[in-house]
Amino acid sequence: MSTRLARGGRLIDRNHPLDFTFNGKRMRGFAGDTLAAALLANDQMLVGRSFKYHRPRGIVAAGAEEPNALVQLGTGGRSEPNQRTTTTELFAGLSAASQNHWPSLEFDVGAVNAAASRFLPAGFYYKTFLQPRLAWKHLFEPVIRRSAGLGRPPEEPDADRYEQAYAFCDLLVVGGGIAGLQAALSASASGQMVMLLEQTPHWGGRAPVDDVLIEGRPAADWVAATVASLEAAPNVTLRTRCMAAGVHDHGYVLAEERVADHTPGDGRPKKRLWRIRAGKVVTATGAIERPLPFAGNDIPGVMLASAVRDYLVNWAVSPGDRVVIVTNNDDAYRTAIAVHRAGLTVPAVLDARAEADGALPEEVRSLGIPVLTNRAVAKIKGGKRVTGVAVCAQAGEGAVLDEFACDAVAMSGGWSPVVHLWSHCGGKLIWDEAQSAFRPDPARPPITHDGSAMVAAAGSANGELLSADVLADAIRAVGGEGPAPRAQSPEEAPTEPVWIMPQGATPALRSKMWLDYQNDVKVSDVQLAAREGYESVEHTKRYTTLGMATDQGKLSNINGLAVLAGSLNAPIPAVGTTTFRPPYTPVTFGALVGEARGEIFQPLRRTPMHDWHEAHGAYWEPVGLWRRPYCYSRPGESHGDAVAREVTNARTKLGLLDASTLGKILVKGPDAGRFLDMIYTNVMSSLPVGRCRYGLMCNENGFLMDDGVVVRLSEDSWLCHTTSGGADRIHAHMEDWLQCEWWDWQVYTANLTEQFAQVAIVGPNARKLLEKLGGMDVSKEALPFMHWADGTIAGVPARVFRISFSGELSYEVAVPAGQGLAFWQACLEAGTEFGVLPYGTEALHVMRAEKGFIMIGDETDGTVIPQDLNLGWAISKKKADFIGKRGMERTFLASPDRWKLVGLETLDGSVLPDGAIAPAPGSNANGQRNTQGRVTSTYWSPTLKKGIAMGLVHRGPERMGEVIEFPKIWGGVVQARIVDPVFYDKAGEKQDV
Amino acid sequence: MLILECPCCGVKAEETELSPGHEAHLKRFGPGSSDEEFESYMFARKNPKGVHFERWRHSYGCGKWFLAARCTATLEVFGTYPAQTSEPPPDIVARIKARRPEWEGCK
Amino acid sequence: MSEAVSALGNASFEGFATIRELGPVGMITLRAKHDLPALPKALKTVLTAELPERRRIISAGEVRVGWMSPDELLILLPYAEVADRVVALTEALGTAHALVADVSDARCLFAIEGEKAAQVLMKLCPVDMAALERGELRRTRAAQVPAAFWAEEGGLRLVAFRSVAAYVMGILTHSARPGSELFPA
Ligand SMILES: [Zn+2]
Repeated sequence: MSTRLARGGRLIDRNHPLDFTFNGKRMRGFAGDTLAAALLANDQMLVGRSFKYHRPRGIVAAGAEEPNALVQLGTGGRSEPNQRTTTTELFAGLSAASQNHWPSLEFDVGAVNAAASRFLPAGFYYKTFLQPRLAWKHLFEPVIRRSAGLGRPPEEPDADRYEQAYAFCDLLVVGGGIAGLQAALSASASGQMVMLLEQTPHWGGRAPVDDVLIEGRPAADWVAATVASLEAAPNVTLRTRCMAAGVHDHGYVLAEERVADHTPGDGRPKKRLWRIRAGKVVTATGAIERPLPFAGNDIPGVMLASAVRDYLVNWAVSPGDRVVIVTNNDDAYRTAIAVHRAGLTVPAVLDARAEADGALPEEVRSLGIPVLTNRAVAKIKGGKRVTGVAVCAQAGEGAVLDEFACDAVAMSGGWSPVVHLWSHCGGKLIWDEAQSAFRPDPARPPITHDGSAMVAAAGSANGELLSADVLADAIRAVGGEGPAPRAQSPEEAPTEPVWIMPQGATPALRSKMWLDYQNDVKVSDVQLAAREGYESVEHTKRYTTLGMATDQGKLSNINGLAVLAGSLNAPIPAVGTTTFRPPYTPVTFGALVGEARGEIFQPLRRTPMHDWHEAHGAYWEPVGLWRRPYCYSRPGESHGDAVAREVTNARTKLGLLDASTLGKILVKGPDAGRFLDMIYTNVMSSLPVGRCRYGLMCNENGFLMDDGVVVRLSEDSWLCHTTSGGADRIHAHMEDWLQCEWWDWQVYTANLTEQFAQVAIVGPNARKLLEKLGGMDVSKEALPFMHWADGTIAGVPARVFRISFSGELSYEVAVPAGQGLAFWQACLEAGTEFGVLPYGTEALHVMRAEKGFIMIGDETDGTVIPQDLNLGWAISKKKADFIGKRGMERTFLASPDRWKLVGLETLDGSVLPDGAIAPAPGSNANGQRNTQGRVTSTYWSPTLKKGIAMGLVHRGPERMGEVIEFPKIWGGVVQARIVDPVFYDKAGEKQDV
Repeated sequence: MLILECPCCGVKAEETELSPGHEAHLKRFGPGSSDEEFESYMFARKNPKGVHFERWRHSYGCGKWFLAARCTATLEVFGTYPAQTSEPPPDIVARIKARRPEWEGCK
Repeated sequence: MSEAVSALGNASFEGFATIRELGPVGMITLRAKHDLPALPKALKTVLTAELPERRRIISAGEVRVGWMSPDELLILLPYAEVADRVVALTEALGTAHALVADVSDARCLFAIEGEKAAQVLMKLCPVDMAALERGELRRTRAAQVPAAFWAEEGGLRLVAFRSVAAYVMGILTHSARPGSELFPA
């Protein structure tokens, strides 16, 4: 059993016990524990089930590479799936639950998958996708969905808050082991701005666990002293609990800081995403120990040798009373020493190598521990927990020579440098024969904006495993000066590659050798993939799902590709690795989202009258990032009824519209008229001062992109109104042409959209209202239709435009935004006697459709030219050039054989479905039904008491009176007659009074 | 995420402060141009793996358009220069030639 | 005649930094090439201010003149003085090619104050705050909207568009929440 030792534990505080629960069971740990350490201390080795076969899964590692020990952490608004127990810090009240089992962890029905494992081989998913089709849908998928899968997604909104932060440095050092600390120290001496990140809460990495001596004293002393001097340096920033997730272009690094993961509810952000811009990056990310592929290597109690050492030394946790060590290298002997030192038993060290006579093996022998060379694990005995090891010759096929009873097995297949960050932006790797590992190729680093190397690897991440070499490499990586601190650690003999144990293992044994614990990929699966023709490691990965689990193959990738290489009889470097992609370990969505949630999810744009609308029943319609009232519903009133009421009121009495969102761009300069003649299809230079003109804007293709009323303010200045939400785009469009094409023209623009609140005062009583408010002569004589004037209304500086988008007598009044609400309220108050009511965007739409006015985005879709909308009158024939002129001349646009704007009137008076397409006889070359038109705008007209619509119909204007059919959504057709799109006041008399 | 120095205001802006604009140094063809000329202006865009000239706007900054020469494969930036330029400036061309001897020039 | 109001009615928030919406504040956009001969004189006579260098903001009494782009200045001044100054600047520039516009109501202005004020913007702007120079006016984005900021006595000032004032207040208060300091003391 695993248990807490009476003494030791460099990271725990025995004076601070912490209570927590696992699957509802109360347990106790200490401050400084990881959840994994605390679970082991409570003899909870079994922590989950594997993805496919529901095999029992125990804790394998002690860090970020852990593939098995994932739990559902917390409840309600703090529920998180797939949290690694090995990186989760224990806190009082923590509640964790195991995942992927039913009905319980101890007794799992899905484990029957394991019995059926020969039916779930490599490529299972692909094979069942292919055939039989129905079997996948009705048989495989429902079963797999119920039995596979890891944690549950949270069901409540996240109770925590998150944020992001930007940081800048000359040098970013990733990893706070002795390599990272030394690199930061050396770089800081040269005055660079240095940032140092460590993913765990502790500095020093493995060195303090591995008995390293630096300058003759325990590594922990050197670590403490180095951290202290770095903390004192003004040019160094240090952060623990901060995981560098990815290295991106031009020195951009994303890192996730676990600010309050371990102190939930204390008001601090749970996590913080750092967006770091570094001149250079040093990856001192260490190395990860590889498992050994032997039969039963997934049984709980089989752990990485380094993890066993970590649990003993850091947390005083014994994984078992009797620990068998299996290795192909010297480093694992440190674990034998640590186990022995803790007062526990090492029945034997099984070394696959022919010889083991370095300093560490000799020390182990001197402790009386049997060291058996040329030996391997034939199989692990046990089910939910290791009970023993059957031993065989590494050179053989697995004939059992001996057996040892034990309750834990510590395995070591050698070390792989963590090359993820080096690789993210294209850093290349070389195969290191001596270490049997890929390491960064210094000749082919990822490069940055100036073509220089962006990343340097240091220490174990660069393939250096001995402490003295690690420190020297760290100084080299930052171009530092001076000798490295003296580090002492025993010399180690080379690692001997072992990719299958024993070397000649039978198929039965190979089908029990796990490569990917979480996804249940075994040696036999990779070999099967190779036999089926999967030669590319990328294909094999996807076919077998090797390395596709949440750990992204940290333990499995190298072993997997070595097995693949073996099957293909190819050298490992020829097979290569799969692509390393960010993030290094999963980053929570909350951190990526940062502050952008709830009220500040996106920048909502508000007019000065926004709060008034809100308080008066506005039903909102998003228009770009603006919110505009669609209508103002009264209690018990449907939106449709509200719209009809608002339309009728504006047509018969007086309506008010908040038109502040309309774009308003000031264009000024000696060449402004000439410029606007290029921007608009019609002539604006000839517009007299004091007058307004409706204008169209096209892009170079000739397609209509925006419209609005242009106002001549003075000899050299114009005010251009754009559609709501179009102001920024049109302003940018103007600036683009001014800066990049006609840069010698003297024109300035200014986007004044938000300077003004604009109110449309609409209806037969509009003039009466303005006259009552007082301050300006707004009579027909003083201010005729399509004229404007400056003045003061109700004491507010105002610019009044006589323009109408409704067909009624109408004024649009622009006032400073800071007085917009006051002006709006003054209009409402003074308008009571004239029957004033505010109206929303839908009433606006209905009224403009009744008048046959087009709306950008309804009648246009980026493929419509003005001529299609019968707006040819607004296209100058005189101008030699304007934006879009050449585009319109293309034959297919100049052809009369196009869909053109018409009105549509249903024979039964109903409202046509929006977007409905009218079929035509026959079919096209693709066998699709021919079409002859579509509905672009469709409304119930409260004025005409029937459905009215506009649409684009093939040669429509030539077909007046013809009846065509549109399908209805729920079947059947509706007949509509092609008519003039102007349904109301065709002569335009009402607006010009 | 790229960093480009805006030649108009001097800010070393990151990509989120910029808006991309397509290929630089296009010649506009308007009324009177042939179908081929108009097609080349509107649609025929270079998409090289390697040296490329692009338009960028410092949209969250000074608002100015500028041009950038960079390698689309390695993201190395050879320089940025004002939009009011009809062809790449000689110093930038020289820098590209030094870094990419095999580069065939703008055409 | 009604009084002009700022976008948020001078809302404020106390976090590890203090956030205050200011205003109404007068703002004038002046577009002209900075080498326009009439420009320095117009600034001098109308505002008693100098022409700022690239990306600088200079102060002359209550007036601030900020360099926004090679052909744009932002002038901050008391709200009540704007109308007169717009006229005066326009007259002083005479026939030279320039554009002067009142943008007081198109903007919002925030003060971010306290020793840790810079940490608030470190969470929102892709800008190296440690490298922000004295008198530097930095245009950038704050989370998802355009913004410009500079240091003033006691903290920072940030200008954004009026329609997103509530959003800007939201992101500033989120970032200034007590306990969320980037560098806890
Ligand atoms: Zn710029």
